[in-house]
Amino acid sequence: MAAIDDRRTSTRTASQPTTGADVLVESLARHGVEVVFAYPGGASMPMHQALTRYRDRIRTILPRHEQGGIFAAEGYARATGKPGVVMATSGPGALNLVTGLADAKLDSVPLVAITGQVPTHVIGTDAFQETPMVEVSRAITKHHYLVSHARDLARVVKEAFHLASTGRPGPVLIDIPKDVQNTIVTDPDYEVAMDLPGYRLPAPPDPRKVEEVLAAIKASRKPIIYCGGGVIASDGAEALHEFAAKTGIPVAMTVHGLGAIPSDHYLSLNMLGMHGTVYANYAVNEADLLLAFGVRFDDRVTGKLSEFAKHGRIVHVDIDASEINKNKFAHIPVHADVRSFLEAINPKVVAGDWREWHKQVDEWRATEPMTYDRRDDLIMPQYVIEKFSELTGGEFIMTTGVGQHQMWAAQWTRFKYPRTWISSGGLGSMGYGLPAAMGAQAAFPDKLVVDIDGDGSFVMNIQELATLYCENLPVKMIVLNNQHLGMVVQWEDRFHAGNRAHTYLGPIDHPEAIGQGEGALPEITYPDFVQIARGFGVTARQVRDKAEVEDALKEMIAHPGPYVLDVLVPYQEHVLPMIPAGGTVRDIIKQ
Amino acid sequence: MAVQTDSGRRRHLLSALVQNRPGVLAHVSGMFASRGFNIDSLAVGETEDPNLSRITVVVMGDDRHLEQVRKQLEKIVTVVKVHDISSEDYVERDLMLIKVQAPAAVRAEVQALVDIFRGRIVDVSPEILMIEISGKEQKIEAFIEQVRPYGIHELARTGRIALVRGDRPMEADHEVTTPEAGAAAEAAEVRGHSEL
Repeated sequence: MAAIDDRRTSTRTASQPTTGADVLVESLARHGVEVVFAYPGGASMPMHQALTRYRDRIRTILPRHEQGGIFAAEGYARATGKPGVVMATSGPGALNLVTGLADAKLDSVPLVAITGQVPTHVIGTDAFQETPMVEVSRAITKHHYLVSHARDLARVVKEAFHLASTGRPGPVLIDIPKDVQNTIVTDPDYEVAMDLPGYRLPAPPDPRKVEEVLAAIKASRKPIIYCGGGVIASDGAEALHEFAAKTGIPVAMTVHGLGAIPSDHYLSLNMLGMHGTVYANYAVNEADLLLAFGVRFDDRVTGKLSEFAKHGRIVHVDIDASEINKNKFAHIPVHADVRSFLEAINPKVVAGDWREWHKQVDEWRATEPMTYDRRDDLIMPQYVIEKFSELTGGEFIMTTGVGQHQMWAAQWTRFKYPRTWISSGGLGSMGYGLPAAMGAQAAFPDKLVVDIDGDGSFVMNIQELATLYCENLPVKMIVLNNQHLGMVVQWEDRFHAGNRAHTYLGPIDHPEAIGQGEGALPEITYPDFVQIARGFGVTARQVRDKAEVEDALKEMIAHPGPYVLDVLVPYQEHVLPMIPAGGTVRDIIKQ
Repeated sequence: MAVQTDSGRRRHLLSALVQNRPGVLAHVSGMFASRGFNIDSLAVGETEDPNLSRITVVVMGDDRHLEQVRKQLEKIVTVVKVHDISSEDYVERDLMLIKVQAPAAVRAEVQALVDIFRGRIVDVSPEILMIEISGKEQKIEAFIEQVRPYGIHELARTGRIALVRGDRPMEADHEVTTPEAGAAAEAAEVRGHSEL
């Protein structure tokens, strides 16, 4: 076979002067960055060239779409607690980061997003691939920079990492024009001071507040902990565990609080809110003291605000002052990092006599358990998750897409550790699962990383199968395939008389497209995920018989490389229990 | 979003020191817009320190609403300090340039009004006088009403700016107070009415 040697420029690298791009990459290395998800283009090429000079210190992973890159950076950040780093070129490349920036902002994920920009002298002229990225991302980042001088780069990167990872974490955008990347920098100062006069972190918890909370606990007869993502983000899970164990107060978790204490812990009420357990929601409703730790009283948790936890006093501990009193008035507001608060209060807390309360909670647990139809003729999605959870015993990192499968994963997985559950909560970005898993796997190459996905979400970033294969990232994907956009179907069934409005994912001439299907599992599913996966070099298997599930899961777990397990599930199944949007505990749908 | 009620709504004057950098004003005004906070007036200018600008914002709302506005402002990284000066002893001013129809027949009347309101005539043409007038919002509004019958050709206003009286700089730390649940705010007190 004929071949053309492409080794054209291999000799010209010695003793190059330091450019802005080098300063950037050196700064990344100095901030402990080990992995960068970066998709190159005209305006970011100098930075990619610089990355090649740091191959021994920074792994650059090429996603197949910038959105895959930024979701991967989120997955990396949430699995490790360190800022994830993503890079894209100007214009379309940068714009493909937008959903991820908004996602990271809403879910408080530390992220540094670096975008190339057209050269400074053409900014504002509608140049090729020019987008005013700072303008676009202003409302969806914690902060943003357009770097106009290469001499500012070291300081900007330092500030960006500080902003992204301290206080309430969030995404920071650094937009770097190409000429700034190419500017020669003599004597770069990496120890430069930051210039952030308006950025203040909360003081250590006020001892008077600690005393107030202790008194409120002492006076309470029915206390409950409402534990959120702030507990995980502050690495406060251990402190929360200690607080709960010492006081004996039951813990209800938000979707981002899952993993703060093990699902099987005797004090765990699992998830609260729209698809939370009945007993968690009853307990929150009846409580006379709500200890809200690292939460933001999101509508998916509270339902109707005026009815939420209305019988109790509210202690709200959060690092972001603007969350306190935003949605719900806090009787005892505590503006503090939730872990430092817990560490300050833990030595002083004692168990209360809450036998009556525990008895009541246990009664709810017994009478209103989580349940599903354990039939054998179909594969219930809950069964697949339960089985996976059982086979792995909590030793995994799980990511999800968005929809029914996400809620089933939250409900039916037995979590053992914090930072093992990575899901798009605030923004609810479909297509999150596969790339987020990719990021978590890049952080922990030897761990079992599984993406629980839906057939709708999976398709949204399916191109990342190429990244898994080419970058040797052995992510396992379980696609709960019901051929529909299940969560929307569920809302159609409940609130729109079952009228199918563009929620069937097969060809439009199928009767299912207008809700006229027989309801049986299809002979042929669309698309053919097994064939797609194989096209990307990824092993795959479809399962449509319940008896096969356990074997298939074992095969998947044991497989050394990436693996797609396509599981056919009925689209008629609903996520229950459910409190309709804006509803109260009295509106819980149980069947 | 902070719950907004009709009761307890009052006018608040927020004074924010911000880093004097491109995009900061857009960030601040964008935050107001995206969170549905209505701005009555917004004025911005450099301070004695060239690194800092002062943004003076007038917003209407109850105490909880205002608490949210202030906290969201403080959260913006380039916003150095936010101070709600509504309950302090402060001086506020609004500057207006207004062109009024003033042909010879009524010119003396208009001039008399300008004197009463302590304004200045800054440009004269056969039919029109351009008048400069500054003061509190009520004074400016009152003057507009007085000259409206003569015919207003054009007008431009700066929006309100304000500083606290005395030797205490308003950047001094202030105790953050949390409003009581549902507590109705007191009606705005009138202060500093030494002119008009």
